[in-house]
Amino acid sequence: MTNTTQGAPLAPEISPPQKKDRGFLGRAGVVGVVLVVAIVVALLQSGSGLVVWQSVVTGVLTGGLYGLIAMGLTLIFGVLDIVNFAHGALLAVAMFISFGMISATGMHPYLTLVVAIPALFLIGAAVHRGLLSGTGGKSLENQLLITLGLSLLLENGLLMFFGAEPKTIALPGDFQFPLLGAVVAGSRLYAFLGAILLGALLFWLLRRTRLGTAIRAVAANGPGAELVGINVRRIHTLTFAIGTACAGAAAALAGPLVTVTPTLGEQFNITAFVVVVLGGMGNVVGALVGGLLIGLVEQLTTIYLGGQSSLLGVFVVFILVLFLRPQGLFGRKTA
Amino acid sequence: MSAITIAGPAGAEKVKAPPLRPQNRQLAILAVLVLIAIPLPLILPAAQGAVAVRILIFLLMAVGWNIMSGFGGMFSFGHAAYFGLGAYTSAYLLVKHNVSPWIGMLAGMAVAAAAAVLIGYFSFRYKLQGAYFALATFAFAEMLRLVVTSSEFANKAVGFSVPLIPDSSLWMIQFPADSPAYFWVALVLAGAAVAISIVFLHSRAGKYVTAIRDDELAAASLGTPVMRHKLMTVALSAAITAVAGAFYTQYYLFVNPELGFGSSVSIQAIVPVVIGGIGTVWGPVVGAIIVGALNDVTATMLRTPPEFLSFLQGRSGLDVVLYAVLLILIVRLLPKGIVGTIAARWRR
Repeated sequence: MTNTTQGAPLAPEISPPQKKDRGFLGRAGVVGVVLVVAIVVALLQSGSGLVVWQSVVTGVLTGGLYGLIAMGLTLIFGVLDIVNFAHGALLAVAMFISFGMISATGMHPYLTLVVAIPALFLIGAAVHRGLLSGTGGKSLENQLLITLGLSLLLENGLLMFFGAEPKTIALPGDFQFPLLGAVVAGSRLYAFLGAILLGALLFWLLRRTRLGTAIRAVAANGPGAELVGINVRRIHTLTFAIGTACAGAAAALAGPLVTVTPTLGEQFNITAFVVVVLGGMGNVVGALVGGLLIGLVEQLTTIYLGGQSSLLGVFVVFILVLFLRPQGLFGRKTA
Repeated sequence: MSAITIAGPAGAEKVKAPPLRPQNRQLAILAVLVLIAIPLPLILPAAQGAVAVRILIFLLMAVGWNIMSGFGGMFSFGHAAYFGLGAYTSAYLLVKHNVSPWIGMLAGMAVAAAAAVLIGYFSFRYKLQGAYFALATFAFAEMLRLVVTSSEFANKAVGFSVPLIPDSSLWMIQFPADSPAYFWVALVLAGAAVAISIVFLHSRAGKYVTAIRDDELAAASLGTPVMRHKLMTVALSAAITAVAGAFYTQYYLFVNPELGFGSSVSIQAIVPVVIGGIGTVWGPVVGAIIVGALNDVTATMLRTPPEFLSFLQGRSGLDVVLYAVLLILIVRLLPKGIVGTIAARWRR
């Protein structure tokens, strides 16, 4: 994003704000207050505490998955400056891989993580090498159009080969249990825990390993990283692959929660973009926090406006953040 | 811009006719193209006639998108908003108040232009650029889709069906199904749109707009009223796209939230221009013809697939797969599009 003013410096945003930012706690407070008010209003409106509490719990648990998906997207954006419109389509591909494995071999849905993550890692690497490398420095529109074309290609390819009829992935031995008054499906809790765990793993990878250091170096200053002997092209490919592997992991975790269709990636893609902007483009921790927030927003919108319009609240938040804090809710003001 | 004469007769007393100015040359080419196209529906079989109309609808959308994103450099990912507003405004006026689609079209253009100015004003006021701008336009289009889907006023998810009248009438834009009149109406609209885009590009405002696209800071520091020209560009672009929406509803006699405001509509506005050449006058024309023809080829192939593709029978998705492949190839190999690349070769 060479031609944007909001494209904040990326390296600091890969890590959480280090500098003591006095506004940070204040903003977090404001967000907290707004959320509490929204929840209280929802309580008054629906008149049933149980419904609202159920929504809050569901929102947070779903939000963890959004966070994991958005982490991949934000990583790709932060390091490669690519707005990856194909992220959702890649997620759909992973879901079909997962579905295919389950219906072919009858394996446990979560076991497909072992296949979906490496498969998406390889696909991501291939996509970057084949389609995207070499477009760096070219106009933003080109990369946007290539990923757009890729998403059309993948979605409609899936449609051609698997048809449009929705499929489901059943989790054997799934159960419901009460959590502080709300009823939660085991699959949703597992998905949440898995997403948080993998998110933490990614964070550890970025902060504590040589590869992570190299990735952050490339994000901070590509030419500089090249000078100290980092193979920037390889790091770019690896980053893109890790990003899409996040989508693969999320797909395997989310499988039992959704109906599998070729276009299911679209929804996740939109939500993930909102989360990325909310958390600050390139900010991995912001993505996770943003995911939880958007999960809540979605559920609360459903209470206010009814089932069809859960995305409307998400878009309103998106527009507000774009206009008022394009650097993200928790990102630092730059320039 | 009063000199829109296509080929002014050279004065008898002049020894040599002055060379045509670029816009007059382009307008002359346009006139020739339109003249060639007029007899087409009489020659082509009915099925191909329908393809030709679809090409003209693509063309209108592409010209609209190109003005904003090609000439103006503001990459829109939400042109479905303007297409849908055009389609819905004219359909609403026709169905609920029996207003002629011509008036509905004008109303739709006004509504779409107003929406574009509003969205544009806030986006430019908060300095959204590049990917952020694209994502914002996308969000606005999706919000409109969701609002329309859930509002009683617009018949919720059902949408509007245009009521059929017994006899054909130009005033209500209704003709027998295979009538060439649909093509001619679309041809006039599309021809006018291309002519407007040519005149706009070469006008003073157009020069300002391309200057702002190329270097906003420099243009602003030289005293160009940046905001005003950007808003003018998005309004013009939205109005032309709204015409496509209004005509679409008349031709297919039906519109719903997905057909009007769906993200695939935005993509249909973008793809022809990218293939033809972003920011060129003829790019949208060439791109629309290619995409329209491609759509037809794939539709035929899915209906009666050749032996080795027999598994495709009755499957959907192939058309989009093909133009996705074309899109990726063009962006990778001919980043300036077909027309842009040819023009660059020509100049060398």
